Amino acid sequence: MTTEPFALWVYLSSQPLLWLVVTLFSWLAADRIAVLAGRNPIVNPVLIAILLVSIVLTVSRTPYGVYFEGAQFVHFLLGAATVSIAVPLVRNRSVVRANLVPLVAALVVGSVVAIVSVIVLGHLFGLPHDILIAMAPKSVTAPVAMGITQALGGEPSLTAVLVILTGVLGAVIVTPLMNAFRIRDYAARGFAVGLSSHGIGTARAFVVDPLAGTFAGIAMGLNAILTSILTPIIVHWLL
Amino acid sequence: MVAAFAQLLACQLAGEVVTRWLNLPIPGPVLGLVILAATLLVRVRYRDDRLELPVERTATAILANLGLLFVPAGVGVVQQLGLLSSNAVGIALTLVCSTLVTLLATVGTFLAVKKVMA
Repeated sequence: MTTEPFALWVYLSSQPLLWLVVTLFSWLAADRIAVLAGRNPIVNPVLIAILLVSIVLTVSRTPYGVYFEGAQFVHFLLGAATVSIAVPLVRNRSVVRANLVPLVAALVVGSVVAIVSVIVLGHLFGLPHDILIAMAPKSVTAPVAMGITQALGGEPSLTAVLVILTGVLGAVIVTPLMNAFRIRDYAARGFAVGLSSHGIGTARAFVVDPLAGTFAGIAMGLNAILTSILTPIIVHWLL
Repeated sequence: MVAAFAQLLACQLAGEVVTRWLNLPIPGPVLGLVILAATLLVRVRYRDDRLELPVERTATAILANLGLLFVPAGVGVVQQLGLLSSNAVGIALTLVCSTLVTLLATVGTFLAVKKVMA
């Protein structure tokens, strides 16, 4: 009798279904916590859900590969989510058109500052060469950033870690930072967080304001393109 | 909902095919976004703009839960945190300062250019 629950566990833990359900419920719980905290930026639901799942995996000694078998169905939707940004983009097209010039200027300045600042600051804080290369594309969405690092001979898995950390950091600090500077233009706020903190920043922006989310999505997409072009040039110039 | 998903994924597929085929330095889904936006613009031009778009409900639902989609990758990152252990303080300081500077430079440029143009 004692082996029966164990046999059930062995069966379930090897199935994608269990880990998909764990991912969905961790997100629902994390989002609930964020709502209860009044959407306070410090209480970031992405970070909480990641921690909840990590605890379950550690306690059950489940390898990441087994977990991802189930979680891949959620992960897969990232592409569809990027395409979905077309809907608020079309809905807000008059605001986007009215802000086209500031948007392009902010894109160019922000993209250069994101890459140069991380290399210069990392150098000041004494980080080794290989970490500086892995850090350079940290503001763009993970698959693109990993590709950039790989092309520069860096370590893509290190880049993935730095990209996610940058995303969570931006999502947490953007609201208090913009409030401290009394910036109420949600197009500008959203654009800044999408540029510096890609999809995780964009997720935060959509929670705050649909217009902010739209501009974050535009910034995320455009910065992925511009950073792919600029990173090799700036890295060769500075390092 | 099935039609909406089909349309979203078809746009992503078209984006992937074109970026690979022409060797563009653009992620496939980003080009997919442009393709969907172009088709929606044609639609709202010739129909009543206030009508709900066919993909609208599904796209809005996905974007409202965008954070969920980063959980699987984020969990992988937690397992790789050991990669940072030897330089944790330097990396943390660099990321915090660089993110702050990037946010301020971007929002500052946006607002300054907007003011000059007004």
